[in-house]
Order: sequence, then structure tokens, then C-alpha cells
Amino acid sequence: MAQKAIREYDAKSILAKHWDKYFPNFTYAYETVMVQNGSELKEAAKEKAWLNEKRLVAKPDMLFGKRGKNGLVLFRDQKPGDVTLEKAAAWIDEKSSSKQEVFFAFEGDTPTGNPSVDFLTHFVVEPFTPHEQAEEYYISATVVGDEDVLYMSAEGGMEVEENWDKVTEVSFKITESEEEIAEKIRANVPADVAEKDKANFAEFAIGFFKAYRELNFAYLEINPFVMQGNKIELLDMVAKLDDTAGFMMAEEWGDVEYPTAFGMEEKSPEVLAIEEADSKTGASLKLTLLKPDARIWTMVAGGGASVVYADTIADLAGIDDLANYGEYSGGPTTGETKFYAETLLDLMTRQKDAQGRDKILIIGGAIANFTDVAATFTGIIQAFENYAEKMKEVGVKIYVRRGGPNYEKGLKDIKEAADRLGLWIDVYGPETHVTDIVRMAVEA
Amino acid sequence: MAQLFTKDTQAIFWNNNASAIQRMLDYDYTIKRKTPSVAAIVAPTADAKFQKFFWGPDEIMVPLYKNTAEAKAAHPNADVLLNFASLRTAYDVTMEALEIGGFRVIMITAEGIPERLARKMNQAARDAGVIVIGPATVGGISPGAFKIANVGGTIENIVNSKLHRAGSCGLVTRSGGLFNELSNIIAINADGIAEGVAIGGDRFVGSVFIDNLLRMQDNPDVKYMILLGEVGGTEEYKVIDAVKSGKITKPIIAWCIGTIAKYYSSGVQFGHAGASANAERETAEAKNKAMAEAGIYVPETFNDLPAKIAEVYGKLKAEGVITDIAEPEMNVVPKARRSKQFICTISDDRGEEATYAGFPISSVALPSTGKGIGDVISLLWFKKQYPKWATDFIETVIKTVADHGPAVSGAHNAKVTARAGKSVVESLVTGLLTIGPRFGGAIDGAAEYFKYADDNNLTPAEFLNYMKKQGVPIPGIGHRIKSLKNPDLRVKGLMDYAAENFPKTPLLDYARTVEALTTSKKENLILNVDGTIGILMVDMWRALGYAEEEINEFIASGTLNAFFIAGRTIGFIGHVLDEKRLAMPMYRHPMDDILYDVPVAEKI
Repeated sequence: MAQKAIREYDAKSILAKHWDKYFPNFTYAYETVMVQNGSELKEAAKEKAWLNEKRLVAKPDMLFGKRGKNGLVLFRDQKPGDVTLEKAAAWIDEKSSSKQEVFFAFEGDTPTGNPSVDFLTHFVVEPFTPHEQAEEYYISATVVGDEDVLYMSAEGGMEVEENWDKVTEVSFKITESEEEIAEKIRANVPADVAEKDKANFAEFAIGFFKAYRELNFAYLEINPFVMQGNKIELLDMVAKLDDTAGFMMAEEWGDVEYPTAFGMEEKSPEVLAIEEADSKTGASLKLTLLKPDARIWTMVAGGGASVVYADTIADLAGIDDLANYGEYSGGPTTGETKFYAETLLDLMTRQKDAQGRDKILIIGGAIANFTDVAATFTGIIQAFENYAEKMKEVGVKIYVRRGGPNYEKGLKDIKEAADRLGLWIDVYGPETHVTDIVRMAVEA
Repeated sequence: MAQLFTKDTQAIFWNNNASAIQRMLDYDYTIKRKTPSVAAIVAPTADAKFQKFFWGPDEIMVPLYKNTAEAKAAHPNADVLLNFASLRTAYDVTMEALEIGGFRVIMITAEGIPERLARKMNQAARDAGVIVIGPATVGGISPGAFKIANVGGTIENIVNSKLHRAGSCGLVTRSGGLFNELSNIIAINADGIAEGVAIGGDRFVGSVFIDNLLRMQDNPDVKYMILLGEVGGTEEYKVIDAVKSGKITKPIIAWCIGTIAKYYSSGVQFGHAGASANAERETAEAKNKAMAEAGIYVPETFNDLPAKIAEVYGKLKAEGVITDIAEPEMNVVPKARRSKQFICTISDDRGEEATYAGFPISSVALPSTGKGIGDVISLLWFKKQYPKWATDFIETVIKTVADHGPAVSGAHNAKVTARAGKSVVESLVTGLLTIGPRFGGAIDGAAEYFKYADDNNLTPAEFLNYMKKQGVPIPGIGHRIKSLKNPDLRVKGLMDYAAENFPKTPLLDYARTVEALTTSKKENLILNVDGTIGILMVDMWRALGYAEEEINEFIASGTLNAFFIAGRTIGFIGHVLDEKRLAMPMYRHPMDDILYDVPVAEKI
């Protein structure tokens, strides 16, 4: 997956690191800390004097927005702008002590849909910045179709979506030069930016858009930023990075983390292990756990074929029966395939089906272009050898369908191995329609 | 060109991915292509100049180059670049190829090129009118004409899936694995494909569905199209618009995979990087529905796709739009092949009569052919038919260097060995073994240094200065007794011949200016026979149209010395036979001709 969300704190840190390059005529104090609890905040205050000296704002930094509407921005104790270090630390400890409900959608101030419930684990703390509403602006950039689009508005803050008609959109072709871009931005400064601030706004927007491009952000939003002359405050940021650019951006991005979204289950150790293995091979190994107690497990080769199998299982068995989604492709080695298969077999043999049925393992795939089927199946067979007893204990029916280089040998080997190990197996080659084993398995 | 590839299409393959290249050549052989579909390989780190690949039961050599520019210059007709560089370099390779120009199609296999770079690259190609296939793709195929790398998998599968000859379907998919699967489905339920492209799984790919379908609309071999889309993106809507506006009139069968995505939050990435729905419109359902409403044939599920293909194909067949296809004859690639230990590119003794570079020996050997030893040398040494002025020059050189009396080291060695009772060949080689930098080497050296000076536009004075710094006397300059006033007639003869017969002699002209300077310092510093030969050889090759690098290679590999070896062999054999006829006794060097100065070894 190419576009990955990062924390607000990291987004600000990246911009701060390159501030003088993109915003040479503006200042940004970069007064922000990320902490996981109150004592970490107090620890940080020993080095960062402003935490003691200034009034503070605290909020969770966990990839979700609408924190104000969810009541998760601390900016007042008795009155706005009176939050002390002590108060912020106490609030963070309170909010992180139990699971919190977070709504992602609102109509007006009324939440809609179901909330996600999870622990809050990361918070940012920053100085409270007194300013006027008129000094708040909105700016963001992303890719739409083949073009970059810059969004600018004089109306920043939480209400930007309600006031979308006041947002100016400017699209840029990938080939446009810096001069063309700058000219276009200057010509499109939103009309309601005060006349005296227009030039400054344009200059900031030009720097912002350049940073977005050169630092390989996939999405970058500041809502709002406060502009007081040449002094900038970044009150709230949302950002995604194009992580495929990671190899070029190691220095520029620094040590950036791609956290799991709030409310989403933490990745299991098995998934993390597959991700680790994936990052070390030229082949592709992907695993997502959907419903680990479900009955049908898939081990499918190929990015396209894996989707077709998932579609077909959803159509014929329903998604409640689908335990995982994943794929292996690009010619993984025997060892890599063995590791991948063992991970799946381990997960699927941890408990019996609740209704006492056999579990189903779909070893599927289209007709491979270059992956050696026999070599990858050797890895699967080795995994069978290590898990045969567990598989028999839980009850597993294996359906195989595959074609491609060396597929006859691969199919023959896997059939022989399963028979030798006493495993139930049905094996098909390219003469059988790619997803037909799903029908067979479901109808059986 | 409505067809993506023809049977004459040739590619430059960037990165020596030997198994993929072998699959292309196996395909070429199977479908009886005349030329290999891979004209050249760019292998930046390879030292070899070519790599052997199987061509059916035989082997061929595919040239290797260090960079795209050299490969393209040597193979201007290869207008497809198969960019198999890694995700870190694929962008640079594509941009360089666009800069060089002359490529019609660029296929990029790397997955996960940074998005911004991919967009720049795709746009640059689009602006240059170049079709990009990929990134993150296995490629495409025009069955019976040209196949990219691994598309279609093994040769057995290719034949099973009828990818060895053109059918009537135009196929476009995102996925490479499903491309192959669909080819098989189409072979089973219809008559195979006429052209197919897997556009690639990354979010930003060069040519998209509509680009390929519009080309197929214009390709008369394509009678109907199959589009396999995916959840995510809006590219399918461009196809819908083209159908609605009448730009596409051929029937389309289409299906978007990823109908499962609706059940899960956006946190689950199904399939390719490009497969992620950001809006209702981008879901597989919405796109399938919209396509069906536009009159595109859309099956109920992916499982029903084969039946839908059979239905549309049957209909077009019944209407006479599609006619029966004659199955072509194929070559069969042998199962077991062995790589050859030796390569020969100059002569062949397998036929009725052995040949020199393709010419039966009798056609160059007999007096009636009018061919001489110069012709034989041009065939066996250079694999070319040199014109008469050049072969005559070669013969003149051979004759000129045949002998230079008994006193030179080689002749002396040969004579001493013959007198020791050794055979002709033993005696000869002792003579030949003295040929090198000091004896006969001036031919090489003169060619090398004078060419260097000329290539770098050194004035004669600068050249002399340069040689002084190198600490090397100028090879080819100087004679024991001859001078300008008392010229060496061999030299004069060669120069006169060149003046009359060579188209031009730029290096000799330059050497004469150097000679003017050296002889002004000392009378006998004339251009000698070795120098004249070396220099005129360079002029000959230049006039024959060789590139400077090729000439440098001749010099570096010792080709000039070879003329001396060939010629002087005649003289050495003469001296050896002379000794044998004279029945001269064993030679012992007179002791009074040796300075003995042998101190007692110190103990250490």
C-alpha cells in the first residue's frame, strides 16, 4: 500500500525539519511534544521550558479527526486558555485510563453512525495560541486523478467541510514548473483573504505546496494554520506519506511511524511477521486477518487472483466464513513460501470450528507467469509436514487449484504429500476454472 | 500503428533477466519468427559483450551493452524497451530512454516506484507519444508476433492458451496473473486473443484501460474486447464514456474484481496498490453496474465470466464477424538442451562444403574467382567482404613484412632452433614467439599513439611533447639508415598505393606532419615501414566505415600484430628450410663474443 497515514506530531516534525527551505520568510516555533501519559509529559517539561511557562492544549494524536466535536481537545480548565502542565498531564492520564468512544462522522454537532471504541495511547501537547478567527486559514494538497490539487481557504478550523464552497481549488499537472505553479497560486489566493495578507498567504501556500511535492506527501492538510504577519502556527495537521518513496526520503522523513488507525485491531504478531518477511524479499507476501475463528482460510498466489477468490467466497459462502485475506506472488522462494504457509496453518489450527465442521484451506492461484509452482508447493508441503497432526486434530479439508511453470510436478507432489500425511486433499490444474474449488468446497 | 507489436518488432531488454529473455526467444522460435524479439540487452555491470541463449535446439548470441544509448545506437530498429530495472532505478531508465528517443513502447515491470516519479515518467511518455505498459506489470502480448518477457508463462501453457497465434479478442487487465488465467479462459471459450496488455497494479500506470481499448478498436484483428477491472479508481468510466459516445463500437465484455471490498473498512488493502475505493463510484459493484447499463457485457459474477465469453463469441461467430482461424504450423522447442562449449562465428564445416564467413572455400580459393589472400583475410578475420583496394592493400602488407633478413631476433631464433635439429613447426614458433612489443610491435604502437594524437587533436609539437612525457620513443618513427633523402622504397610504395587507391588518408596525412617535425630534428627520424602500415590500417578501417571504438578494439586486441605474424611466418619458414637444406650443424655461440663477469655469490 503506497499511501500511509502518519501522526500529526510526525507531520509537524517533518515540516519543521525543512522549515527554512520552504518557508524562509516565516517563523514557526515548533513547540509540540508527543507523549503517552502524564508522567512522560512532566518529564518532557524538564527540557522544554515552554511546557511550564505557557498555557497548553492537549489532544490525542491517533490518525482521527473531529477531535473537537468528540470532546477530545483540552484547551480550558475554567476558561479557555488556562490549561497548565499539571492539568494537561492529569487529563491525559484520565483519557488514557479507559476506552474512549470516537465518532468519525457528525451532522452539525450530532454524531452519526457507530463509534469506534479503543484506548487513547498517543497525545500531542502544544502551547495555547491566542488568535482571532480571522487569522485562521485552511490549506491542503493531494492527488486527484493524475493531477495535484491545492485547496486554500480563508475559513480555517473545524467547519471547513461545511464551508467547502469557500475553498479555492487549483489543479496542477505533474509537469508544471515551479514558476508556473507559483504564478497560478498567486493568481488564485482565496478572495476572502484580507488584502494586506494576500501576498503573505500566497508565499506560504507556494512553500507548502512545494514541501508537499518534494517531501513526497500523498496528502497534506493544515486546518487551521494561524498567520500573524510572518509568524505561523500549525494548529492541526493531517498527513499521508507515499511510502514507496521511503528509500529516497530516509533522511528527509527521519524516524517516522505508520500507526494502526484508532479502533482498528492492533496487527497480530503473525501479520507483523509476514510484513517483516515481505519487506525483505523481492517477492510479495501479504496477510490480513479478517475473522480468525472463521472456517475458510485462503492461501492464494497473485494479487489479482487473491481478490477473485475472496469475491467468490463472499458470494458463495458469505464473508462470515472468510478468515483471512492475503496473497503470495512474484516468485517467492521455497523457504519464504514455507514460512507463509506455516503462519497460516498455525493460525487456522488453534481452535476447532465452533459448529464442529471441518475447516477449509483454499490453496488457489491463477496460471502463474513465472513463479515456479513446484518450488513454492515444496514450501507448502514442508509446512504440512510440521502441522499435519494439528491439522488432523482440528479437521482441515484442502482444495488446491494452480497452473503455471512446473505445475504438474507441484500438484503431484502436494497430492502425494497430503496422502502420505493422512490429510484430506483435492487437487486441480488449469483445466478447472480458477475459482471453481470454492464452489466445490462450499457445496461439499 | 493499430497493432501494438508485429512479427518484426524487436526490443531492447534492460537488465539481463536471462530466464525471461529465454522465454521470449523460445516463443519466437515456436512461432517461427525470423529475428529474435530481443535485439540487445542492457547490462550495466556485465563485462561480456554478448550472452548465449537457446534458439530452438541451437544457440544464438544476444549482444550486451553497458547503457541504453549504446544499445539503441547499435539497434536503431528496436523500438520497444523492456525496462526490468528495480523500483529504485526504473524511473531513471525510462526517462533516459525517452531522452534518447526512438522507442515506441516502454514496458516497466518494477512495482512500487514512488508515485510522484511514476506520474512524471508516465506524463513524459505521454507527451512524447510513447506507449507505457506498467509499472508493476508482467507486460503484454501480440500472439503470433511478439511476447513481452514472462507473459503467458511456460511455452506449454502458451500453446494450451492459444497464445502462439492471433485470435480475435483484445484483452486488457490490471493483474498479470489473471491476464494469463483469462487467456486460458478465452482459449477454452473462444478462439484466443489478438492482442493483450496487463496495464499494471500500481496506482499510477502509463497506459490505462481506455488507451489500450481505443487502439484495439482500430486494430482490425480485434473483433471484441475483454476488460478485467478492479475496485478503486475511475478508469472504467472512461471506457463507459467511449462506448456511450460511439468511440468504441466493438463489443466489450467486462468485469471488475474486488466486490468483497464493500464488506470491510478501507483498512483492508485488497490486491494491488491501485485497488482501493475512495468513493462509492469506485467500488466494483458501482462500476459493474455502470458498465452493464452502458451496454457492456457484464456477467453476474467472475465465475460466470467464461459463459459470457462463450456467449459473445458464439454470437459474433454466427454473425460472421469472426471466422475460423487456421492453426499455423509451429516449431517445437526441445525439452532437453545443452549449452555449447565453443562458439564459432567465422567458418562452418557442417554443410556440403566448408565456408569462410558464408562463402564456400572454392568460391574464394580458385584462381578463376579472382580472389586473393587479402579476401580470405577479410572474410576470416573481419567477417566482411572488403573492397579490392583494401584486400590489395592487405596483400601488399603481407608481402612487405614477409622477411627482413636473418639478423632480426625472430629469424635468428628460428635458425638456431632449426640447427638444433628441431622440426619446421618447432623452429617457426621460436621465431614467432619473439614478436611482441619490441619486435614487430611498432605497427601496433604506431596505430595506437598516432590515432590517440589525432583523436585528441594534438599538434605535432604537442604529440612529441606527450610522447616525451610518456617516456616512449614514437613507435613507427626512425630508421637505421634511411632518411628523407634516401627513402625506404617499401614505405614510398605503400604511401603511393594509398594515395592512389584509398578514399582518403587522414591519419597518414597527420603522421606526415609529425614526420616533418621529427626529421627537422634528425634526418633519419622518418616514418618507417611499421609505422606506415599501422597508420594506413587505421585509415583503411576508417574508410571502410568502422566506428572509432571498433578500430580501437582492433588495435587493443592485437589485430595489427596479426598482419605482421601472418606475413613474417612466410619468411621464418624460408629461413628454417634454408638451414635444413644447408644441413648446418648445431650452433654454439662463440665464447669470445660473451662478456663474462661473474662475481662469487655473497653469503647472506
